[in-house]
Amino acid sequence: MTLKTQSTQETENLTVIIDETFIDDTLTENTVSDSSALTSSEQSLQPLSYRNAFMLVLKRDLTIAMRHKDDIINPLLFFVIVVTLFPLGIGPEAQTLSRIAPGIIWVAALLATLLSLDRLFKSDHLDGSLEQMLLSPHPIFILVLAKIFAHWLITGLPLILIAPLLAVLLHLDEHSYTALLLTLLLGTPVLSLLGAVGVALTVGIKKGGVLLSLLVLPLYIPVLIFATSAIDTAALGLPYSGQLAIIAALFFGSLTLAPFAVGAALKVSTN
Amino acid sequence: MNTLSKKNSTPLISAENLTCIREERLLFDELSLQINPGDIVQVEGPNGSGKTSLLRILSGLSQPYDGKIFYKEQLISRCREEFHHNLLYFGHLSGVKGEMTAEENLDFNLALHGNKTKDSLAYLAKVNLSGFEECLASHLSAGQHRRIALARLYQSNVPIWILDEPFTAIDKQGVASLERLFTLHAERGGCVILTTHQDLISIKPEQIKKITLDYSYDSAVD
Repeated sequence: MTLKTQSTQETENLTVIIDETFIDDTLTENTVSDSSALTSSEQSLQPLSYRNAFMLVLKRDLTIAMRHKDDIINPLLFFVIVVTLFPLGIGPEAQTLSRIAPGIIWVAALLATLLSLDRLFKSDHLDGSLEQMLLSPHPIFILVLAKIFAHWLITGLPLILIAPLLAVLLHLDEHSYTALLLTLLLGTPVLSLLGAVGVALTVGIKKGGVLLSLLVLPLYIPVLIFATSAIDTAALGLPYSGQLAIIAALFFGSLTLAPFAVGAALKVSTN
Repeated sequence: MNTLSKKNSTPLISAENLTCIREERLLFDELSLQINPGDIVQVEGPNGSGKTSLLRILSGLSQPYDGKIFYKEQLISRCREEFHHNLLYFGHLSGVKGEMTAEENLDFNLALHGNKTKDSLAYLAKVNLSGFEECLASHLSAGQHRRIALARLYQSNVPIWILDEPFTAIDKQGVASLERLFTLHAERGGCVILTTHQDLISIKPEQIKKITLDYSYDSAVD
């Protein structure tokens, strides 16, 4: 009964303001259906499952990246150009190049990832969608993990796909290709995860670019050491599972811990 | 009706002795407030008086220098997910992505906060954006961005609305429509906390509670 009186009252009000016929008609309908819902908001609002929330953010970030293709292409071109600069600077001698190839590819991958990191939270922070995500009823862990996974798909995966081509350019030892791919596969997610912590800390700072590299690059050193060591060991025909295991440990460690750190850092940054 | 009257007895949000200090300036201190279902609270004050800070603190985005905030008599840090589930915060920034269409933006915002997305076209029509659903938001104006974000209000059935300058860049018709929406929301047992420099025309003065923040230069912290 109360609902009815409320809506008739409303329609009376609406006739006074004639201009906005369309908005108001729909508005009154809306309230009748909604007024019952509000009293039981806890039951009627179904929060998404963790998996759905993850997929929602992932899909959104990938959609944005697909419509903003330079985000995908620029780091990749940067990667290719940095790697091709070395043969030009050092000379085309196959022996020298093949010895430094693992280091070059990995350092270039680090820098390319670093270049793309800024985008991870910056644009969301600038347009306010980061606030909305922090205020959503989901654990921040899930949302952050989805964003980082999207970042890896956009930047890490293309690097892995193009790395073998560049390895040919640098005369990488033929035994090392598998090792190169495996280290990149395990290592680039670590770069995205650790980098996200740095980005989250610097997202509130206007010109945080240099600070970001100072924060993040030292954290990349362990990945770089073990990845290049694995590739070198593979070139000698020795087993490199030890180095891979350490990179895998770094991966799982950062996968479980970094999203918490990112969540905390984002809260501080938006405070 | 039983549930409604029960709800009326507990405040939706209450705060005790809030103190906010920004850049070594004391914006407000010992601010206590209690917001019940059905309240429309207008936070007033000149620029820089801490209106946005207060709203951000109440929504849990910022931490107060001192003081506590309760959602239904629970500390909000203790029930973050439940609180955010019952909260709609609308800030200075609309949270609209230029790379996505109006409809995609609204769908994402609705889904993220656990609302259904199937009627999103109708809600876009309600904020006068019919015909723009497929437009990338980067091609729309600032006011239309705000409207995309505000379309969520028409769908939302969460009780607590915290709105920071909701009328910015919204035309007269839109403002009147929003004001009616606020009245309705209050009547169905929700609360609205908002800041605005405009007078609320169509809401009855006795319905509006006011919190006035006055900032003075003398109150700088030593």
